[in-house]
Amino acid sequence: MIAEAGLAALWLAAGLAALQFVLMIAALRAKQDVGRAIRSVAVVQGALTLVAFAMLLWVFARTDLSVALVAANSHSAKPFVYKIAGAWGNHEGSMLLWVTVLSVAGAFFAWLSRRTSGRTLVAALGAQAALALGFYAFLLTASNPFARLSPAPAEGRGLNPLLQDPGLAFHPPTLYLGYVGLSVAFSLAVGAMLTGEVDSKLARAMRPWVLAAWIFLTLGITAGSYWAYYELGWGGWWFWDPVENASLMPWLAATALLHSINVLAARGALKAWTMMLAVIAFSMSMVGTFLVRSGVLTSVHAFAIDPARGTFLLALLAIYVGAAFILFALRTASFREGAPFELVSREAGLVVNNLLLSVILGVVFVGTLYPLFAEALTGEKLSVGAPYFNSVAGPLALLLATLIGIGPLLAWRRSKRPIGKRLTVPALLAASALVTTIILAPRMGPLPRLGLTVAAWLAAASILPLTGRNPLRAPLATWGMVLAHFGIAVALAGMAANAAFTSEKLAVARPGETLAVGPWLVQLQGVNPTAGPNWTATEADLRATRGEGLLTLKPQNRYFTDPPTETNEAAIATVWNGQLYTVVGRPDGNGGWQIRLWWKPFVTLIWLGGGLIGLGGVIALLGHVWLRRRSGRTWGRRGYA
Amino acid sequence: MKPKNQRLALVSAALAAVLAAVLLAMWGLRERASYFYTPADVVAGKAEQGGAIRLGGMVERGSVQRQPDGVSIRFVVTDGHARTPVAYRGIVPDLFREGSGMVAEGRLQAGTFVADTILAKHDERYMPPELGNLAAEHKAGKTLER
Repeated sequence: MIAEAGLAALWLAAGLAALQFVLMIAALRAKQDVGRAIRSVAVVQGALTLVAFAMLLWVFARTDLSVALVAANSHSAKPFVYKIAGAWGNHEGSMLLWVTVLSVAGAFFAWLSRRTSGRTLVAALGAQAALALGFYAFLLTASNPFARLSPAPAEGRGLNPLLQDPGLAFHPPTLYLGYVGLSVAFSLAVGAMLTGEVDSKLARAMRPWVLAAWIFLTLGITAGSYWAYYELGWGGWWFWDPVENASLMPWLAATALLHSINVLAARGALKAWTMMLAVIAFSMSMVGTFLVRSGVLTSVHAFAIDPARGTFLLALLAIYVGAAFILFALRTASFREGAPFELVSREAGLVVNNLLLSVILGVVFVGTLYPLFAEALTGEKLSVGAPYFNSVAGPLALLLATLIGIGPLLAWRRSKRPIGKRLTVPALLAASALVTTIILAPRMGPLPRLGLTVAAWLAAASILPLTGRNPLRAPLATWGMVLAHFGIAVALAGMAANAAFTSEKLAVARPGETLAVGPWLVQLQGVNPTAGPNWTATEADLRATRGEGLLTLKPQNRYFTDPPTETNEAAIATVWNGQLYTVVGRPDGNGGWQIRLWWKPFVTLIWLGGGLIGLGGVIALLGHVWLRRRSGRTWGRRGYA
Repeated sequence: MKPKNQRLALVSAALAAVLAAVLLAMWGLRERASYFYTPADVVAGKAEQGGAIRLGGMVERGSVQRQPDGVSIRFVVTDGHARTPVAYRGIVPDLFREGSGMVAEGRLQAGTFVADTILAKHDERYMPPELGNLAAEHKAGKTLER
């Protein structure tokens, strides 16, 4: 009954979404005031999808094997946490989570957005309902998560062990909150283009949503990167895998939107540009969903291959993106001109930021989708990997990071004060970083060397907006911006240090033998069998030392029986200046074991930086919400001061 | 700047950005996309020597040879029509087995494929799309294990 209740809740929610859309049409055509009705419908619709999702969690928690999805993806012997997380570790469950987040975001938007103009709110809620309708149709016709299996099997098929990890419980829901949170920005942009109310008020209504979605995307990408780093056992933190790019593309678009929205909020300029970005940001979320959920690309993450579903998702993508672009083309000429600005001004700086982010987005987009097009058009099979992305997007990102140091120092409209003097310290720091690396590490690659230089520059330059006044009186949004920009410098330093200074050792060791990697001496004590709830493993016992202190690391090779799979579990020791990363391989047949060691100086800065960027977003969001509560009128002009 | 001109400038900047992105991407792709080949393509001389490419096929049964250093292996990849020897230094992925599919990234050197990375079929359901066709051929009776 539980599964049927979930399905019924989904059908009801779909019906309400249809009603919501009809109400919007009625309001726009007949000028009816449906504000209260449409809000209630949106809230109830969100609640119903929550019910459906709770039902799915329930059947997974109980391991109800008469539900096809549970039978295919769960197992009674699985640890409870992974039974729950398994609910969204598969195609249907994750699509249900997607739709749930979409409707719940719509519900919160309907509930909280008292300040949006009435007509735009109604139009935006209608657009949100139109989005939800397509995905309800997808769920109910092509990926029903509640389908029954008769007769019920005696045991489930289990969950892919790679996904049996704490990272799974946290990572996809976080990313989805980010992906789908952008739907509100999309709907608001569509709504505002329908009603013609594209102004700074709209930007202020949109900003908290974009900021919140962006925070989740940032944290989700950071967590996903760390998950891939320790779970895949390759020692890399970013693989330019299509699935990773699928989360990076919405982030790039949302980052651009986050900056242009400030121009619209503070100065009423960049109207068409901001609307375009709002449409593109959520389009990228849908592209990402399509790439991941249709399994069209070669990818270590693509667990589902099903062309029928892919076609459905592609059709949805084409309809929504196409409709939004047509609306944009029809309405863009009617936007009133924005406030003018000079070539050297905060606005111009943000335009440059947006252009660079757009170029990077375009480069990543083309690189990710090119193999698809090439195969469809010429039948040729090819893959685009790290060499392409690093060499094309890398220099652009470094240029952007350099300019981040300058942009926030410019004044709105027209910057008259010379800023060269304020940048002396960052410039000196950058120069000394460059000289130091040339002297100490003459053979370092150009990208890591420039990376360290730019990181030193940005670390100093990013805090300048807080200097020259009492930093405690600076708005929270400024603190958030400074922290996020500083986080970019930290992450960049980690990436460059990892690329430049990683040392690696791959060898066979017998128990008692010692291997050297970087400053470390690692001794293999022995290799022992061990077992977990639903796996057995061979576990190496490694003792690592560098002068004083002793670290114990226990990398494993795990063997799962349901389904039969092996995974490599790396053991990682974190010290203040980096991580020692150890993997055990196979026996060589003569009493030795393959051991792979990496010493990765300062690699932890990558994720620390990601965390700081997200934290900066949280502080800015608090600032915006708090300021709005306190003084609704003066808030817009202060913006990202 | 007058508002009209400003709009014009912004639109041209946006177009320039799109153009720059496409040109940059095209340049990068021409230099750095790595193409996928099967052993039959390699024997036919389609794959260039020394460039980064991907090689896919089945690991021939009985071909995996461990090297004396303990961490290098040599094996033969076959697509049922031709065979290519592969050399790899590193820990092979969990699902790398004789008689099962794999994709290697690396370059051809004097007839041997020197692999930097080996990707194996990841679980029971996932297989690189390139290998999907091979498996279908396999089922159709073109046996790969001669």
